[in-house]
Amino acid sequence: MPRPATLLLCLALLLSLPAAAQVEDETSYRLRDPVAEQRAREIGKELRCLVCQNQSIEDSEAALARDLRRIVREQVERGATDAEVIDFLHDRYGDFVLLRPPLRLSTVLLWATPGLALLGGLFAIWRVRRRSSGVAVTELTEAERARLAELQGDQRA
Amino acid sequence: MSEATAKKPSRRKLLIYAPLAVAGVAGLGFWAMLRGLQDGSFDPRGVPSALIGRHPPQFTLPGLDSSGLPPLASNDLRSFDRPIIVNFWASWCVPCIIEHPQLMALQRQGVPILGVNYKDRPADAQTFLTRHGNPFLRLGIDVPGRVAIDWGVYGVPESYLLDREGVIRWRWAGPITPEVLSQDIAPLLRRWGA
Repeated sequence: MPRPATLLLCLALLLSLPAAAQVEDETSYRLRDPVAEQRAREIGKELRCLVCQNQSIEDSEAALARDLRRIVREQVERGATDAEVIDFLHDRYGDFVLLRPPLRLSTVLLWATPGLALLGGLFAIWRVRRRSSGVAVTELTEAERARLAELQGDQRA
Repeated sequence: MSEATAKKPSRRKLLIYAPLAVAGVAGLGFWAMLRGLQDGSFDPRGVPSALIGRHPPQFTLPGLDSSGLPPLASNDLRSFDRPIIVNFWASWCVPCIIEHPQLMALQRQGVPILGVNYKDRPADAQTFLTRHGNPFLRLGIDVPGRVAIDWGVYGVPESYLLDREGVIRWRWAGPITPEVLSQDIAPLLRRWGA
């Protein structure tokens, strides 16, 4: 049994949903089973809203996102696995609907960029360190050697 | 001076130009993106259709009774011996009004246009057709919007071009402007009509 405060919070959230401006006005759709609802929410967070594009369908208030949320819940209720639900929408909307892009030839660069940036940084560090250590072992010229001996002689004297 | 120390300054001098080269390449890429945005070949918000090269999903939609047009089902899409256009629209959609004259022009050319009315009130849809004219051979009404989702529609208007075998060859999300009509649809009709 959830605490009264939790219930109140849920109620406040429910009531604060803005009225949708679409012709067909549906109330938000939730599964009674909290475990299934949680699973539907997790699936929804993986799916991109195609209208607003920078939100998942769980976060978006677009009418299409609402429809997609409903589809996800219907399929979860029917006992579909997470992969089956995601495949259903992937079949219709392609890679674009996935917030986590799949690894394939066209997305290799996308996935490799962090690694490449890291390698580039390591390379830069290696270059800088090699250069500074290179300066340290530079041979002195004859004139410098003589001047050094002179200075050291002065100190000892 | 040894050979190694003589080489170093020239290589360093080249390195000074490296950021310039990077900026140059980035600038070129940016310019290409801007050009693409201008002529419409690059759309960062565009969702490529997953159905290109595939048959549309199976569906049966009820018709708009007041229009007297026959309803639409997936089997109807193969009954033409030429490329067809499937158009998703709604009376509440402003870009649909912009594209309507182009649909009427296509209809006058004899291109079969099959309509799907998306999440609309039947009376509103009928008013729209009466006011702007009817370009459709058949019209299905999709009030829940489920058939549209099966097609991968993410907004209205959206249009699909199907070849004579009923395979989806092209999808346009947004209004069919006169430019889209002459630069995209006309060549596609020639290509898939032969």
